[in-house]
Amino acid sequence: MKPAGFDYARPDRLDEALAVLAEHTHTARVLAGGQSLGAMLNMRLVTPKVLIDISALAELGHIQADDGMIEVGAAVTQDQLLRWPGLKEQPLLAQTLPWVGHYQTRQRGTVCGSLAHGDPSSELPLVLAMLKGAVVLASQRGSRTLTAADFQTGTMQTAMRDDEMIVAARFPLAAPGCSSAFREIGPRRGDFAIVAAAAVGDQDGVSLGIGGVADTPAIRRLPWLDGAGLDDALNTIAWELRGSSDGHASAAYRRTQVRNLGRQVIGETQHALFNR
Amino acid sequence: MRYLTADAKHPVRFILNDQPVEGNAEPRLLLTDFLRREIGLTGTHVGCEHGVCGACTVRIDGASTRACLVYAVQAEGRSVETVERLAVNGDLNDLQRAFRRHHALQCGFCTPGILMSLSQLIDEEPTADEARVREVLSGHICRCTGYHGIIAAALDVLAERQAGRHV
Ligand code: FES
Ligand code: FES
Repeated sequence: MKPAGFDYARPDRLDEALAVLAEHTHTARVLAGGQSLGAMLNMRLVTPKVLIDISALAELGHIQADDGMIEVGAAVTQDQLLRWPGLKEQPLLAQTLPWVGHYQTRQRGTVCGSLAHGDPSSELPLVLAMLKGAVVLASQRGSRTLTAADFQTGTMQTAMRDDEMIVAARFPLAAPGCSSAFREIGPRRGDFAIVAAAAVGDQDGVSLGIGGVADTPAIRRLPWLDGAGLDDALNTIAWELRGSSDGHASAAYRRTQVRNLGRQVIGETQHALFNR
Repeated sequence: MRYLTADAKHPVRFILNDQPVEGNAEPRLLLTDFLRREIGLTGTHVGCEHGVCGACTVRIDGASTRACLVYAVQAEGRSVETVERLAVNGDLNDLQRAFRRHHALQCGFCTPGILMSLSQLIDEEPTADEARVREVLSGHICRCTGYHGIIAAALDVLAERQAGRHV
C-alpha cells in the first residue's frame, strides 16, 4: 500500500530536528533508514503528520570507541557498523550483525532505528541487553542515557518520550577473557527470528540471552553446567519465558528452540574458552 | 532545513542512470512510483510494497535498496541506478546474458531487483563465493526458479570477471 500523507522535514542540524519534534510532539516520527518504519507507514499502521529524516545528519554519523564503549550515532547503518574495522573489539556484535535483516536492508537500516523499533525478535536489542549497553536520548529538554533494560519496556514499546529521539547507542567492549556466540532460527536467513540466542561466557559462568520469545530480551546467568544439569536449566528457562503460539511457530516449537539454540551457543562459548 | 508540506508536490532532482532527471512529488510518493509513473521507467517492479520481496531493488549511491521503502524526495541529489542501466546500447550485459544462459528467470517479476543486488555484489566483492551469493539473494523472493539458475549465473559472472574476461 501507499503511506498516508505527511510533511517531510530534513533538518541540517540536530537542534533543528529536536525543535520539529518538540513542535509536533505527538504527531511526528523520526525516520532514519526506514526499513521498519517505512513498512509500517506503507501499511498505514502509523500515520504521522510529520516525518523527520535524520539519515543525513552529520552529527549522528559517528562510530567511535572510547571509555570502553563503542558509540554508534543514530544515522549509522547496520552495514557501516559491520564494515567498521574496530568491530572486532566487540565479537558478539560482530557475530550478530550479519543476521540483522538482509544485505539490502542493512545498507539503509540503522543500528539505533532497530533499537527504537523494539521488535522482540530483532537481534540488536538482544545484543544491547546482553552487553548491558545503553541508548542516549535527546530532546529540547536535554539528554539522558538509559540502560537497555530500562529502555525497552515491551513489544515495540520503549521508555522514549514523544519529544525524544535516540541520538546514539553504546555497546560496551568485550571484557578480556570472554567468549561469545550467536545463533537464530527463522523462516529464511534475514527474516525475523523465531528464536534468537546469544551467549557470553567467562571463567565463572555464562550469560544466555534469548530473543523472539518473551516481549523483551531475556537474559539469564548460569554457572557452567553439562549434560542433564544444562538440560534442566535450559528447560526451566524455556518454560519461564512463556512464549506464545503465532503464525510463525507454536509455543512448543519456541521452547524446543530455546533448548536447542541455548545449548548450541553455550557449547560454542564453552569450547572457545576452555578447549583452545 | 528542508520542510516539504504533505499537500503539495515538490520538485525532485537526481541522477538516474547517469542522466539528470526531475519531476514533482508529494512527500509520501514512493521512489518506485516516481520511477514508474513520473519518469516512465517500468523496469523497477513492485511486489509486496512493504520491504519483503526485493522486487523493487535499485541502487542508490551504489547501495542496493528497496525503492518501496524510500520516498522520492529522499532521492534528491543522489545517484539512482535501475535495471535499465545494465544493458549497454541495447546489448544485455554479462550478468543479464548469464541469466539467460542459466535459465535464471521465468516470469521475470523478481529479476530486475535481483540483477541490481547482484550487480553491487559483483562490483564490490569479486571474490564472493556461493555462500555469499546465497546470503545476498536471501533479500529477494523468486516464486518461479528455485534460485539455482540465479546462483549459477552469478557464480559464472564472478568467475568470468576474475579470469579477466569481463565484457
Ligand atoms: S516491492 Fe519493495 S520489497 Fe517488495
Ligand atoms: S522468475 Fe518469476 S518470480 Fe522469479
